[in-house]
Amino acid sequence: MDAHVTVHSEEHSHPTPGLYFRVALILFFLTAAEVAAFELARRPGSLQSVVGPVVVPILLVLSAVKFALVAMFYMHLKQDSKLFATLFVFPLMIAAVIIIALIILFAYWRMPH
Amino acid sequence: MATSVLEHSAVHHAEAKSGLWSWITTVDHKRIGILYGASAFLFFLLGGIEAFVIRLQLMTADNTLVSPEFYNQLFTMHGTTMIFLGVMPLSAMFFNYFIPLQIGARDVVFPRLNAFSYWVFLLGGLFINAGFFFNAWPNAGWFGYANLTSAQYSPGLNTDFWVIGLQILGIASIAAAVNFFVTIINMRAPGMTLLRMPMFVWMSFITQILLLLAFPVITVALVFLMMDRHFGTHFFIPAGGGDPILWQHLFWIFGHPEVYILILPAFGIVSEILPVFSRKPLFGYTAMVFSGVFIAFLGFGVWSHHMFATGMGPFADAFFSLSTMLIAVPTGVKIFNWIGTIWGGSLQFKTPMYFALGFIAMFIIGGLSGVMHSSPPADLQQTDTYFVVAHFHYVLFGGSIFALTGGAYYWLPKMTGRMLNETAGKIHFWLMLIGFNLTFAPMHILGLNGMPRRVYTYPAGLGFEFWNGLETVGAAIIVVSQLVFIVNLIVSLRRPRNAPADPWHGATLEWSIPSPPQEFNFPEVPEVKSSIPLWDLRRELGSLPEPQRVSGAGIHLPNPSYYPLVAAIGVFVTLGGILFAQPHFPWYVITLTGVAVLFYGVYRWAFEPAG
Amino acid sequence: MSDAAAHAMHPPTSTGLDNRKVAIWAFIGSECLFFASLISTYLVYKGKSLVGPLPHEASQCMLHGQMQRCEGVFEVPLVTAGTAVLLFSSFFVVLALYGAQKGNRKMLLGWLSATVACGLFFVGMQVYEFTHFYHKGMGYGTNLFSSTFFTLTGFHGSHVTLGVIWLSTILFLAARGKLPPEKALNLELAALYWHFVDVVWIVIFPVVYLMR
Repeated sequence: MDAHVTVHSEEHSHPTPGLYFRVALILFFLTAAEVAAFELARRPGSLQSVVGPVVVPILLVLSAVKFALVAMFYMHLKQDSKLFATLFVFPLMIAAVIIIALIILFAYWRMPH
Repeated sequence: MATSVLEHSAVHHAEAKSGLWSWITTVDHKRIGILYGASAFLFFLLGGIEAFVIRLQLMTADNTLVSPEFYNQLFTMHGTTMIFLGVMPLSAMFFNYFIPLQIGARDVVFPRLNAFSYWVFLLGGLFINAGFFFNAWPNAGWFGYANLTSAQYSPGLNTDFWVIGLQILGIASIAAAVNFFVTIINMRAPGMTLLRMPMFVWMSFITQILLLLAFPVITVALVFLMMDRHFGTHFFIPAGGGDPILWQHLFWIFGHPEVYILILPAFGIVSEILPVFSRKPLFGYTAMVFSGVFIAFLGFGVWSHHMFATGMGPFADAFFSLSTMLIAVPTGVKIFNWIGTIWGGSLQFKTPMYFALGFIAMFIIGGLSGVMHSSPPADLQQTDTYFVVAHFHYVLFGGSIFALTGGAYYWLPKMTGRMLNETAGKIHFWLMLIGFNLTFAPMHILGLNGMPRRVYTYPAGLGFEFWNGLETVGAAIIVVSQLVFIVNLIVSLRRPRNAPADPWHGATLEWSIPSPPQEFNFPEVPEVKSSIPLWDLRRELGSLPEPQRVSGAGIHLPNPSYYPLVAAIGVFVTLGGILFAQPHFPWYVITLTGVAVLFYGVYRWAFEPAG
Repeated sequence: MSDAAAHAMHPPTSTGLDNRKVAIWAFIGSECLFFASLISTYLVYKGKSLVGPLPHEASQCMLHGQMQRCEGVFEVPLVTAGTAVLLFSSFFVVLALYGAQKGNRKMLLGWLSATVACGLFFVGMQVYEFTHFYHKGMGYGTNLFSSTFFTLTGFHGSHVTLGVIWLSTILFLAARGKLPPEKALNLELAALYWHFVDVVWIVIFPVVYLMR
């Protein structure tokens, strides 16, 4: 399956099943990696001290990559009109800012004064 | 022209063109606009009556006209009504009627969804107010601060009517916002690029984005509150570890964009009126667009300035204070551009122009007191006093209502085909301006002298009597001004049609077609070469010929449908059923019935021929 | 073929993009803020529950009328299975859409059925999980964790359910031959909504289940 040939061919082209399959495989392995990171951070062992402190950033990055893969390839944002991408990314940015801001605002309450 | 007539087998619209059934099944954006306007105006009058009773109660010290309990209901419903059932749907009237006309479209993009929005709005508005008949008008403030709204402190149904009613209204707002958003993106006449759209369309466009992004947040907050009240959770209840402050955050993450949802359409209306009555194009069009975008964007980063009194710490205080002050910059850009528009213009002092100029002056006062609030130390002094009441009435009444009234004088001739009386209009303006300032200017003084908001009376001897008495006189003058408007409206509606297509020498497309427009709006879809297409044409031709009414045969229009109403009733019953959520009562039967009706309506809607 | 014919059927739009597709994207944008509010609340209240049960840690909780020690409730393997199935359903629905656009009826019906089956599996997983939690003494209002967890995942689950209903409707139409290639957009809209529900879970899974 030669996915890369057809991607840029015509205006209404979509990626081929081959590309979809590869994305699915990557998603599967990234999910496995997420669970692996979770397990390594949880179980006492030599890797716990390594993975434990960075498990949250690892999970966030893996999750963001999965999110981006689905949005770009399955939701076709990569080749569809930029307007659609804007309609998705702009609210996502505001959503992210609100989540982060609320976490910071409430963290303040828990600090000893 | 290719765009003129779509080759379609003629769909017959011979069904009902008048009568009640034609209004129930209508999907015509103009009729839906009129429905929005009529409903919203009645709600607006109701909110006004509530306000006037408040003023009568506060006219003298230690007054006992209304009970403290009823006073709580009055100020809660006054705020809720004016915001959700008055200003927002009055703006929606103009969105409905004039966005398609200004962009040269035959309707909104989803006409049945538009009807659905209206019916959901109407049912939601009636639901909130239905509490009145059960002695359960909402009574915890329009902001519904937790944990005053908890089942413990608000045991009656009052808050349930409020929570569920707002949920219903939120659905109407989101549905309408999707509709207008896509309409503006996709239904523009050939040649109308984004930067040739009329400013009202631009500001409406930004408003739809704000609606889309702000309403989900209040929906979630209201869900939490509903769960706290009926299903045993503790989202906002400290006894279970919940934090009432979270409600304030969620509420104001919605609430501040909501403020711009209320004012941006008004900015748009004023930006339409000023150029037409100054005979000059809008000054700084692009700056106006981008300042609007900037205001909306910043609007998501300032919510905590409503919460300085909760003690968020120096970092958060400083951040939200600065972001709030920053908003003064694009707002100032707008005000200077309006002044730049009228500067050196050939001013036509007609009623709409009076209201637009009144808007600028009043909004500047409200904007300045807003900048005062952005400083946390000053805000702490002013929080919960009448100073705040003065501020937001100067921006919402002096701002939104003045602009909407100006918009009514400007656009009603197009909607009804009848001119309003100019003399009565100017009497309306002066009474409203004087009454408004007598009512709200003294509140600045009272607030700084320490008179608290939301308290049903005040003792004698604190120096509050004189100003309160004066305010009530002002409120009475506002009432008279509205009566003048109502009489003017009724008299004009009883006259035969006398409005020309273009009574004001307008610049935008809605003035190119007869008043009122025919069902299909434009016999031929116009082509646009600038943001002032009619002035282009006028310059070209010298004068514009009066457009004739033409046969619309062959023009394809959507079929009427009652399924939007069925779906709206489904939404209403689904959410309304939660009102009966008591232990040992099968309330879910009502809710599931509503879901069934909703699904029935949606499926029939999806599979009926749209036309 | 005829752009002209296509345009005669649908009035051209200003951007050239389909109206319904712009609408579903606008709605998805709006939904982002809906789930952001739910996720924020979950995170803000994380670790603030006054009693158990808790996600991962052992705690004191009320069970059978008395306080007792109880283990963390999460069953990560089960949820991982549900997560994988939901991810694959996103893969299946793009294949179904591909089939619909190419007029490949077999591909359309096969993969769309698989998508619906995956959706049902996920909802079933969630129903099982919720029931299981309930028997472990975790009612809706038991503590802040249970309330925020059930509200967040419950709303996600109701979105999945709605997506299953939508996709099933399209499957029903497709089986009766009412989804020719020129109407593939009907499926594309449902698929976009389905993918969105999937990406929300892509956020929920690590944030709720894997971060301790």
